Amino acid sequence: MSTATDTIEDLVKTEYKYGFVTDVETESAPPGLSEDTIRMISRKKNEPEWLLDWRLKSYRHWLTMTEPTWQKAHHEKIDYQAIVYFSQPKPRKDAPKSLDEVDPKLLETYEKLGIPLRERGRLAGVAVDAIFDSVSVGTTFKKQLGEKGVIFCSFTEAVHEHPELVKKYLGSVVPYTDNFYAALNSAVFTDGSFCYIPKGVRCPMELSTYFRINAANTGQFERTLIIADDGAHVSYLEGCTAPMRDENQLHAAVVELVALDDGEIKYSTVQNWYPGDENGKGGIYNFVTKRGLCKGRNSKITWTQVETGSAITWKYPSCILLGDNSKGEFYSVAVTNNYQQADTGTKMVHIGKNTSSTIISKGISAGHGQNSYRGLVKIAKSATNARNFSQCDSMLIGSKCGAHTFPYIEVKNTTASVEHEASTSKIGEDQIFYCNQRGIETQDAVNMIVNGFCKEVFKELPMEFAVEAQKLLGVSLEGSVG
Amino acid sequence: MSNQPILEIKNLHAGVENKQILKGFSLTIYPGEVHALMGLNGSGKSTLAAILAGREGYDVTEGIVKYLGKDLLELDPEERAREGVFLAFQYPVEIPGVNSTYFLKAALNEVRKHKGQPELDAIEFLALVKEKVKLLDLNDDLLKRSVNEGFSGGEKKRAEIFQMAVLEPKLAILDETDSGLDIDALKVVSSGVNKLKRADSAQLVITHYQRLLNYIIPDHVHVMADGRIIKSGGKDLALELEAHGYDRIVKAAAVTA
Ligand SMILES: Nc1ncnc2c1ncn2[C@@H]1O[C@H](COP(=O)(O)OP(=O)(O)OP(=O)(O)O)[C@@H](O)[C@H]1O
Ligand SMILES: [Mg+2]
Repeated sequence: MSTATDTIEDLVKTEYKYGFVTDVETESAPPGLSEDTIRMISRKKNEPEWLLDWRLKSYRHWLTMTEPTWQKAHHEKIDYQAIVYFSQPKPRKDAPKSLDEVDPKLLETYEKLGIPLRERGRLAGVAVDAIFDSVSVGTTFKKQLGEKGVIFCSFTEAVHEHPELVKKYLGSVVPYTDNFYAALNSAVFTDGSFCYIPKGVRCPMELSTYFRINAANTGQFERTLIIADDGAHVSYLEGCTAPMRDENQLHAAVVELVALDDGEIKYSTVQNWYPGDENGKGGIYNFVTKRGLCKGRNSKITWTQVETGSAITWKYPSCILLGDNSKGEFYSVAVTNNYQQADTGTKMVHIGKNTSSTIISKGISAGHGQNSYRGLVKIAKSATNARNFSQCDSMLIGSKCGAHTFPYIEVKNTTASVEHEASTSKIGEDQIFYCNQRGIETQDAVNMIVNGFCKEVFKELPMEFAVEAQKLLGVSLEGSVG
Repeated sequence: MSNQPILEIKNLHAGVENKQILKGFSLTIYPGEVHALMGLNGSGKSTLAAILAGREGYDVTEGIVKYLGKDLLELDPEERAREGVFLAFQYPVEIPGVNSTYFLKAALNEVRKHKGQPELDAIEFLALVKEKVKLLDLNDDLLKRSVNEGFSGGEKKRAEIFQMAVLEPKLAILDETDSGLDIDALKVVSSGVNKLKRADSAQLVITHYQRLLNYIIPDHVHVMADGRIIKSGGKDLALELEAHGYDRIVKAAAVTA
């Protein structure tokens, strides 16, 4: 039993409450993208030569690419020269050495967002790395993690402190040639989180990154790299918000996960970027590449995502199941209301023997929202006894929204078993009336029915975030009926 | 005060677009009473229940419906529920993924909030549930499952009565709660209904069968045909119906009309 209605009730009535702007002095590059911009970013970060080279190679490759158009999402052409590629709160000295040196205004911002960076409060059991515009402003619980040998720090720090790990794994799962946005990210990424769990270690707490876009006209290009060494386990959470602005803002992140023998990574996202207003003005373009490599035997990667924000979401957290007996899982709830568009799904690529994958996708469309599930299940010739189960359910609220399903299945090994189930339902008037007749008003009834519909996914989220996710659903479906 | 009816329906005409279903329906129910409403298939019993509960899609063209002296038709369905109108559905819907206990707690707390009572927390609510489970001899496994999902026909009906027990309505409308029940379940459900009877509340029991009225003893029995009550009487009227069928009553009513 959960406590959702109480909380949903309050939240249903609120608008996007993370839409405030923090007034901090920032240091920003002028808009525009060129090799000079990249050199500037690299210099600002004091990066080693190899990383600058990699960025430049990525940039040169990006110049040869064109924006993809196959996804079912429409937007005005993005002017890449109008974006600011680097923005950071003005450093007080150099970089903050500890949270005490972080600008109190930033700490306040995160408090407001419900993400206390001081090591107390609601998320007390969760280590947080907070990314404000392009840079990490602080990571909590470093000491406790350090005792177990867990490395959890900003990407920038990792480049300096653990260059061998970064060099080994950066781009190993998502090469810069992978796609347009991944190439762009590889060229201009500014920060992100890095996490390494050593052999045999179960990470003692949830790790979390909280992304915040603050400055106007700024793109956020962060890079996350998580490695679970042999027998290591980690559960990682990602949350995101942005101020309400009339212009669209680009968020093009890359996340790479690597699980070695018996390693397990559970990656959960609660995405709540500003979705634009009820007329479709403003909002974040969320074009993200997320991929996990189950490199070792018996390794396992689970993606759980609750996508309620962004004007356009375009992401396919994927698993490459290379190690024998490895497992990939994808649990997704994607909500589109007003004029939001989501094109999301996953790719499960089976290469190792006895690999298995599970896909549970719940798409909810309301208002004029368009929700597409796009998934690929690929069983390579080598993947003897591979198994996949996919279930894609769509729920429609109202008559102006749309749900679309594009499942692609490629099987090259006859011992494989692939199951796909799909359903589309309209939220039933009978169900709503039944709730009404028990004293529950329509908006609460919708939240309840939708939460029920998403239950299989929510149960995969860590407890705290499950509650958070339910609240978010309530907020994003506000005004969707009646 | 005790003279104020719980429900007062006068000359109600209502229907769906282009189809008149209720044609001059009148009925008054006082506190403490149990009324049985019987009638042929399609005579408008469920329509009446739906209109009382506030389902959309029906047009009331004439007549009044007063609940505790207030115009019932003005209230939203959830307001009616919070004011104590309960409908045990003829066909309860399934709500996948929504836990029954959670659902019922939300419902009860809406009622309590409306009455200005403090909401019950999970522990208090479970204590209440336990008590009511005993009262109705319910298989409490059902409460761990999603609302009505995969329940058998009989289980759904029992679950409706269970909700009624928890919500303690002032006016309970039971729409064919007996159909689909085996004889044991019928006994359990009706004894539950009887236990829930209170001096300040009333029940409107819609049924086709006299057998239910062996267990739930009505104060008044009404026979409905073509959108209105054609005959009212005491519990013997149900026996008469059972013995002679609707035909005779319908014909007799046609003569006097
Ligand atoms: N939404 C609707 N649209 C069209 N006709 C309707 C609608 N609702 C009810 N009716 C019709 O009105 C009549 C009365 O229906 P109602 O369900 O109230 O009957 P009932 O007395 O409950 O019957 P039963 O004993 O079979 O449950 C029927 O002829 C039915 O088909
Ligand atoms: Mg009926």
